[in-house]
Amino acid sequence: MSGAFTLEAAGMSKRFGALAALDNVSMRVEAGAVHALLGENGAGKSTLVKCIMGFYRADQGSLLLDGAEAEVRNPRDASLLGLGMVYQHFTLVPSMTVLENLVMARADTPAVIDWRHERRRLSAFIATMPFGAPLDTPVHGLAAGEKQKAEILKQLYLGARFLILDEPTSVLTPQEADEMLGMVRDMARAMRLSALLITHKFREVLAYADAVTVLRKGRLAGSGKVADLTVDQMAAMMIGEDRPAAAVERSAAAPGPVRLAVENLTADDADGAEAVRGVSLAVRGGEIVGIAGVSGNGQSELVETLAGQRDATGGRILVEGELYGATRAETQRHHLALLPEEPLRNGCVGRMSVAENMAIRNFDRPPISAGFWLSTGAMREAARGLIQRYRVKTPGPDAPIASLSGGNVQRAVLARELGGDAHILIAANPVFGLDFAAVADIHSQIVAARNRGAAVLLVSEDLDELLDLSDRLLVISEGRIVLETPAAAADRTAIGRAMAGH
Amino acid sequence: MSAASLGLWTVPIAVLGGAIRVSTPFLFVSLGELVTEKSGRINLGLEGTLIMGAMSGFGVAYLTGSPWLGVLAAGMVGVIFGALHAAICSLPRVNDIAVGIALMIFGIGLAFYLGKPLVQPRAPTLPALPLGFWSDIPQVRAALQVNALFIVGLVFTPVLSWALANTRWGLIVRMVGDSSEAARALGYSPIRVRLYATCFGGFMAGVGGSFLSLYYPGSWNEGLSSGQGITAVALVIFARWNPVACFGASLLFGGAGALGPALQAVGVTSGTYLLNAAPYFLTLLILVLSSSSRRRVAGAPGELSVTK
Repeated sequence: MSGAFTLEAAGMSKRFGALAALDNVSMRVEAGAVHALLGENGAGKSTLVKCIMGFYRADQGSLLLDGAEAEVRNPRDASLLGLGMVYQHFTLVPSMTVLENLVMARADTPAVIDWRHERRRLSAFIATMPFGAPLDTPVHGLAAGEKQKAEILKQLYLGARFLILDEPTSVLTPQEADEMLGMVRDMARAMRLSALLITHKFREVLAYADAVTVLRKGRLAGSGKVADLTVDQMAAMMIGEDRPAAAVERSAAAPGPVRLAVENLTADDADGAEAVRGVSLAVRGGEIVGIAGVSGNGQSELVETLAGQRDATGGRILVEGELYGATRAETQRHHLALLPEEPLRNGCVGRMSVAENMAIRNFDRPPISAGFWLSTGAMREAARGLIQRYRVKTPGPDAPIASLSGGNVQRAVLARELGGDAHILIAANPVFGLDFAAVADIHSQIVAARNRGAAVLLVSEDLDELLDLSDRLLVISEGRIVLETPAAAADRTAIGRAMAGH
Repeated sequence: MSAASLGLWTVPIAVLGGAIRVSTPFLFVSLGELVTEKSGRINLGLEGTLIMGAMSGFGVAYLTGSPWLGVLAAGMVGVIFGALHAAICSLPRVNDIAVGIALMIFGIGLAFYLGKPLVQPRAPTLPALPLGFWSDIPQVRAALQVNALFIVGLVFTPVLSWALANTRWGLIVRMVGDSSEAARALGYSPIRVRLYATCFGGFMAGVGGSFLSLYYPGSWNEGLSSGQGITAVALVIFARWNPVACFGASLLFGGAGALGPALQAVGVTSGTYLLNAAPYFLTLLILVLSSSSRRRVAGAPGELSVTK
């Protein structure tokens, strides 16, 4: 058997305790089609796919391949049936070369490996593919786009004829994404495979998918041919009744004086390699400066250095014209606020309560600090105010912050950071993995801070978010700022090219 | 050159001989631990395994009259200790370092308890090859009395290096140690691979222990090990998880250990205790020099709890 086949999931349900993660969902992917699976985080997309791939056993429902019922008990079974999945988090072994990874992926790897023979075999296979991969480079040395291609190659080498791609473009530049999805579509057209594309980006659905299935809260919210649907219809299926609150308008005041300036900053990454290579930038009051870039190009290290989590190896940071060393006293004096990525890890103590976490910036000052003792009453009081103002959904101020959902942890940290009248806000991927309502809410808070005259530095991997919010946009590539443009006049192609380092 | 005119040459020759002798347990423990760490686990219990190996190897050699049966028995006891470590670590929320420390104390205590009747008797010792036959200088001949286990280790080092790069098992161990997610996605069980890798580490540590009681010093007593098991764990990190570098590092540590006795032999008596502490100074120095507050250890397996 070779070539593309149809896949049909019929009436699939899966419960985890009281939660119905998947409730009677059916989906049909035609042979040689690119089928998009749309939905918000927690809508059941990954549960459905994991049931298909044999990571979970569905409680109900069945899987039909080319009309015949198939039983998939584990990922090995799925692989034997020709189902292959490319994960969002890559499953190549970082320290091993592409060649080693591909050879190890085979089910019948010999006990002693004849590398010359394997190399010949793989080269012959790659010659039949529309793209290749550098065989002798360790995977950690590959760019994200190359890793993705190597992942796809691996699945095809294993004989996959049905490819599931989980949010495949989240770590790619727009050009890399277009190239990769284009190749998948061409292979589908040639009936070499069928593809299921998990995504939340309408642009990709419109450009590359033939049909779409939309999930919401574990249920089928709609499906159809992409050609018959509009973006608004798909968005309505995805979001349902929870309309996000109206966005805060940006006031048109001219930017104020420079509040945050970075001059020739350099810093190393965790492996000691230079990650930030002479970054200079300035952010004025009442302005949002966005930093775009593919993840792993020095953004994390830049934010960590600004936050004081990482030592700079050179250059300097100026806040309100003064040298800034990220000490607690300086942070308080300059009203600097920080919304780090993964706030539960970088900005919270998970087992401490919401109130305690909200007091991290000011527990050592009155009213919370009363001489030697802390006033837990004042702490709770302050927390209640912030919880209400920033609509943090929590059982109460005493709940451990790790028990909150991702969006509410993010809101709680934002409340803490913006509650004390921030003059400078540094935010990194502030809405990563959040649902529509939380995204709209947090974006509004960031714009409101800007309207109040704060200088905002917004680092994000989501270009659409940056284009929506920023006044000015910088592009970072390999630790350097390679492009600066007003966001209103930004050209996607030029930005994408800059992100890729061209 | 006659023996009398050897002069200060005595010291490097004695250090070389000492290095070969003292490095043998380091070499075995570190090659075993290298495989364990490559699979993503660290086993600090090897000190206990080493001493259990020394005791049981001595006991079996004494009872059977065959030192090689003693070596085998020491290895098997090591396998049991490795399996114990791996089994406990495969339970959820168990920290491999804490388990290792517990097993280290357990192994030392058990060996002292079971080994009480073995303090007096003498067991047959392992053979050595007289590789200094070409020289008529007694010091050179003495230094080049190379024990059989060292030669086994010398041959095994490149074999291990080759196996890690060219065999399915070598690649599976590396894969599990670097990304257990990837291994699981390909259908390998990290827990089982780590069980085998830890058993192998235990086997090698047991054999290393048998060297102590069956060759040098060549008897069983409670002061037999001076922390070789635990030093060897540090040595693997120093050697950056490379077998050939492990061999070199073992010789270096062995040489440092032999420095004190060699200097005493030529009459340097001041600072004896300080010189005997050379291996420990070296351990500290190397760990300080190779550490950094800014970066992770290069080449470390990604799943290792101490470098994660």
